[in-house]
Amino acid sequence: MATAELEDILERHRRDPLQLLQILIELQARDGWLAPATLGALADALGMPRARVESTASFYSFLHTRPAGEYRILFSDNITDRMLGNQALMQALCDKLWLQPGKVSEDGLVSVATTSCTGMCDQGPALLANGRTVTRLTPERIDEIAHLIRRRVPVGDWPPEWFHVEDNIRCRDVLLDHGLAPGQALAAALERGATSILGEIERSALRGRGGAGFGSDIKWRSCRDAWGDAHYVICNADEGEPGTFKDRVLLASYFDLVVDGMCIAGMAIGANKGFIYLRGEYRYLLDRLETRLAQRREQGLLGRNILGRGFTFDIEIHLGAGAYICGEESALIESLEGKPGKPRIRPPFPVTNGYRGQPTTVNNVETLALAALIAVRGGEWFRAIGTPASTGTKLLSVSGDVARPGIYEFPFGVSVAEVLEAAGARDTQAVTSAGAAGHCLAADEFGRRIAFEDVATGGSIMVFDASRDMFEVARNFAHFFAHESCGFCTPCRVGTAVNARLLDKLAADHGSPYDLDEMAKMHRLMQGASHCGLGNTATIAIDDMLVKFRPAFERRLHSPDYEPAFDLDAALSQARRMTGRDDPGAHLGDNRGALAEERAHAHGRATTAGVQDAPASAEPASAKDLQP
Amino acid sequence: MRIETTNGAGGAPRKLKVATVSLAGCFGCHMSFLDIDERILPLLELIEFDRSPLTDIKHCGPCDIGLIEGGVCNAENVHVLREFRANCKVLIALGACAVNGGLPAQRNHLELADILQEVYRTGHGLAEGSRIPDDPELPLPLNQVHPVHEVVRIDYFLPGCPPSGDAIWAFLTQLIEGKAPRLAHGQLHYD
Repeated sequence: MATAELEDILERHRRDPLQLLQILIELQARDGWLAPATLGALADALGMPRARVESTASFYSFLHTRPAGEYRILFSDNITDRMLGNQALMQALCDKLWLQPGKVSEDGLVSVATTSCTGMCDQGPALLANGRTVTRLTPERIDEIAHLIRRRVPVGDWPPEWFHVEDNIRCRDVLLDHGLAPGQALAAALERGATSILGEIERSALRGRGGAGFGSDIKWRSCRDAWGDAHYVICNADEGEPGTFKDRVLLASYFDLVVDGMCIAGMAIGANKGFIYLRGEYRYLLDRLETRLAQRREQGLLGRNILGRGFTFDIEIHLGAGAYICGEESALIESLEGKPGKPRIRPPFPVTNGYRGQPTTVNNVETLALAALIAVRGGEWFRAIGTPASTGTKLLSVSGDVARPGIYEFPFGVSVAEVLEAAGARDTQAVTSAGAAGHCLAADEFGRRIAFEDVATGGSIMVFDASRDMFEVARNFAHFFAHESCGFCTPCRVGTAVNARLLDKLAADHGSPYDLDEMAKMHRLMQGASHCGLGNTATIAIDDMLVKFRPAFERRLHSPDYEPAFDLDAALSQARRMTGRDDPGAHLGDNRGALAEERAHAHGRATTAGVQDAPASAEPASAKDLQP
Repeated sequence: MRIETTNGAGGAPRKLKVATVSLAGCFGCHMSFLDIDERILPLLELIEFDRSPLTDIKHCGPCDIGLIEGGVCNAENVHVLREFRANCKVLIALGACAVNGGLPAQRNHLELADILQEVYRTGHGLAEGSRIPDDPELPLPLNQVHPVHEVVRIDYFLPGCPPSGDAIWAFLTQLIEGKAPRLAHGQLHYD
């Protein structure tokens, strides 16, 4: 790349090393990959060690430190995409382009691979073409994509309707029917003042909508009270939980309410600066959001002296680059600071030591939008909705085996069965209540209620009818977590990989009860020993499925006790080929037969060699007696 | 897991039989075992060794405890490991190589065929006409080196390269006493 171009990008990012990730994303967008020379030049220009630049460049899935082709096609590989046939479509595209999944074509033109859920579960199967979302894939569309790639038509010139993303709002309540004009909530908040707003948020008993349900008033007050040179508001729009897409809709169609909410949070905690951390998969929203922010600045709804009330607050949008872990607030802050998204050791918590070590409040998109509603209508009004412990409404992203996938807004306390009924689910055998990281409910639990005190959820509701194989669901989740573990702590890095391998072993017909026990053990270990929420929750759904849908796993068991992890005889194949041997010693038999034979041999040896304890009975012990 | 230490009803306590072996290991774990020093004498009041480098018994008979050092790198390792599994009530993966494959598993990112080719055919300093050994007496190497639990069921894992003598002592004495072994902080380490 030309030096002038690099200079231009650096200047726009104030030569700030904390902007490293944003700079890398721009360079990647221009060059298609991050060449060693580019990383070297960047390290020099920012005065950073090259290793720091490379550690960020190599951490994020959407950044490539090797050439990945002029066209980089990533199929969303959530279980809902799989249920809609994404695997066959990916194979079809690979066949048409003469390449293998995960490899770059020899002419360097194109690569095709998978990526974690892109948040289009209501209109999948989906893919990202050079970072742009294509929805509702069909075999015909795949044909056309292959054709366009071969003719080297730029992604920007592909048919615009392919990039269309529907909101699919199916059920509205107070949030989705808010009826407020842009800035109305902010004006109401400025009228009330910070103390009054904090009081209203406390009265509303608003809890964080990301899933953990932490009290928003406690978070805001602790942040406000924390000492610092500056305070920051972060809107967590890294909506990575498989099966969630509500924030996508809020950003696309309710953005003013979200921005109002951010400004109100800024006013409440004493911040003048906010960030929206937008997941890389929602890159298509960026220009639209930037435009709207610019308009608001002109309208006096953002920036200096907002609405003439002397309050200054501005917002910067940062992009993610394909890392689920960045939804964890301290990993998000690390990423915002240009580093690999590895969760920090807590405490200290972000409310005292967040972005740049300053007091920072990180809120979910939906939480901020609700805060804006509360600023207008008051805490008491909000508290009257939902249940006493879970006030207000919840946006649910419903996908999978339902007639009407999309966004449903229900007051907390709605039963799972009511949600299924509304979405037109039939013959449902299972529901994952909080994406891949939450509980999996079986039919006898559908009377339970969506609420923090019963079925807690960040909003991802995936529905599986009786035709689905829950083993494949578990396996998809296990691979998702093995890919998304940040690698910082051993229990999660190793545990997620072990689970994925065990489920692959079952899928390859090498399974045994031993493997099921190992997964149960891994669940207990990872829940207690992992560094952050990813490891703590990565086995919850899988363990639920192991317990509630055990036959789906048991039918894949090959032996009643133990099976090796691999085909032993096949593992001698290269040595046989290289030595030309095919004698009996050049083969390994089946495990069970071999063990029985060993036992028989052992008894023969023991008796003749006289090294065995005198057996209690005259009969030699059978193989079964010896089994531990 | 409980190991029966009497010979049936009312019998006098009998010594537990222990077998040990080093597969694709360096015998470092066995050396570390000997680091229990003079404690081996009270230990021998409680156990007797069956197959082990310490006894030179070639095959294992029925045992209470089997200690496996090293991963599985060739066909003979598989046979020995199966012999131990068939005979030992409790099988323990001893040390980093048995637990994870360890140092020998560093060859796993190479193709075995390429390794054999380079070592016996194309490498430096080979005799004229040098070729890949094909004597049926020799065990064939596996395509990759595996941890022992990928070949047979393993009951306990004792990590470390090597686990210290104190760790092995603590592990074995607890096991012999009928307690589920738990290593204190500092004794359990992955390296």
